[in-house]
Amino acid sequence: MSLQATTSQTVGPYFLIGLQWLFVDNLAGQGVTGERVEIAGRVLDADGQGVPDAMLELWQANSAGKYAHPEDTQEKPIEKGFQGFGRIPTADDGSFRFSTVKPGRVPGPDGKLQAPHIDVSVFMRGLLRRLVTRIYFPDEPANAEDYALSLVEPSRRATLIARKSPGREGMLEWNVVLQGPEETVFFDV
Amino acid sequence: MSNLVGYRRSYPGTQPNHLHPPYVSSIKRAPSRSPVYLPHTLSEVTGPVFDSSIVEAKACDLTHQHHGDPLGERIIVSGRVLDENGRPVPHTLVEIWQANAAGRYRHKVDQHDAPLDPNFTGTGHTLTDANGHYRFVTIRPGEYPWRNHYNAWRPAHIHFSLFGPAFATRLVTQMFFPGDPLIPFDPIFNCTADEKARNRLISLFDWETTIPEQALGYKFDIVLAGRDATPWEK
Repeated sequence: MSLQATTSQTVGPYFLIGLQWLFVDNLAGQGVTGERVEIAGRVLDADGQGVPDAMLELWQANSAGKYAHPEDTQEKPIEKGFQGFGRIPTADDGSFRFSTVKPGRVPGPDGKLQAPHIDVSVFMRGLLRRLVTRIYFPDEPANAEDYALSLVEPSRRATLIARKSPGREGMLEWNVVLQGPEETVFFDV
Repeated sequence: MSNLVGYRRSYPGTQPNHLHPPYVSSIKRAPSRSPVYLPHTLSEVTGPVFDSSIVEAKACDLTHQHHGDPLGERIIVSGRVLDENGRPVPHTLVEIWQANAAGRYRHKVDQHDAPLDPNFTGTGHTLTDANGHYRFVTIRPGEYPWRNHYNAWRPAHIHFSLFGPAFATRLVTQMFFPGDPLIPFDPIFNCTADEKARNRLISLFDWETTIPEQALGYKFDIVLAGRDATPWEK
């Protein structure tokens, strides 16, 4: 039997009423080990204006590099209560913020470990289907050999790597730029 | 992990492009560059797991979330969540949101001059059962105007959000009602090139789930991306 996946439609301007019950802006509660990071940024449209009605969803492994999912069969520890899921709306100026732990490295298809990263889905009014991208981490030697980053032309890889906030330990900045010379790399999954 | 099986990509034409100029909001928000094809890794074949502990029992009945009854026509919206291989997707989270019977959302941005209903929030969620079935009780949402173009009206619709088993299977869509005269004029409905794929967004009136003297039934089955090849079964 072969069916076709249902057509995607936009979340529209009013998704808050249906989706805010599951907002999670802290992916690492008490008892979750690892390097704490806070990631903040903005979603920007073609005019560089903040998008006030967007939503990001996050999916990541824990600091040991294990996903809270039955298909991750690695023998690695995972904390009780760690889910790895986040869902955050943008504010009126297009800004968003969440806190988590830096994920560990998970296996890649080339037999090597992937560099630490967070999978991101972006939804908003005006987007007929989600955008998919990834957040990578600065000062991470593994980025140089990462499977997904290697698929991206070198000049655009920086759009996927969060930047350190000068003088603010544990604070990273990462933006979603929808169009223009700094356009974020999005993945076809 | 080396024998990892990814999820299928969509059939050509059955999913919208990001840019669809008749839907004006897409013009400044659709990326201008093509997405980079990413073979699925462990990060994409895993995804958030939600269990019944987060689900509120009342959340699947949108007509009993307040003290009084909401205004409008009571309906039952039910169906199955399947994958492209025809297998049910069990225990997966389904979230919905919608306008009230007058065509107004309980959202601060909605300024449509139609009344709010104190007895209707317009949001619900549930988990599919072991066979992929879900069921909501709600009221039929009203049509409402929007500012996409002159005299633009959205057909009646209910927003659906589903996760499925993996990051790769995430889907947000909208369900429409059979016979709605606004459907052929809706640039959001029309964003998908393939006519059959579009029309699958229209629910079917269903006698089987209609409750006599209570509520009309509408059937809406949802298909999520399926596994590329059949994985080994234990």
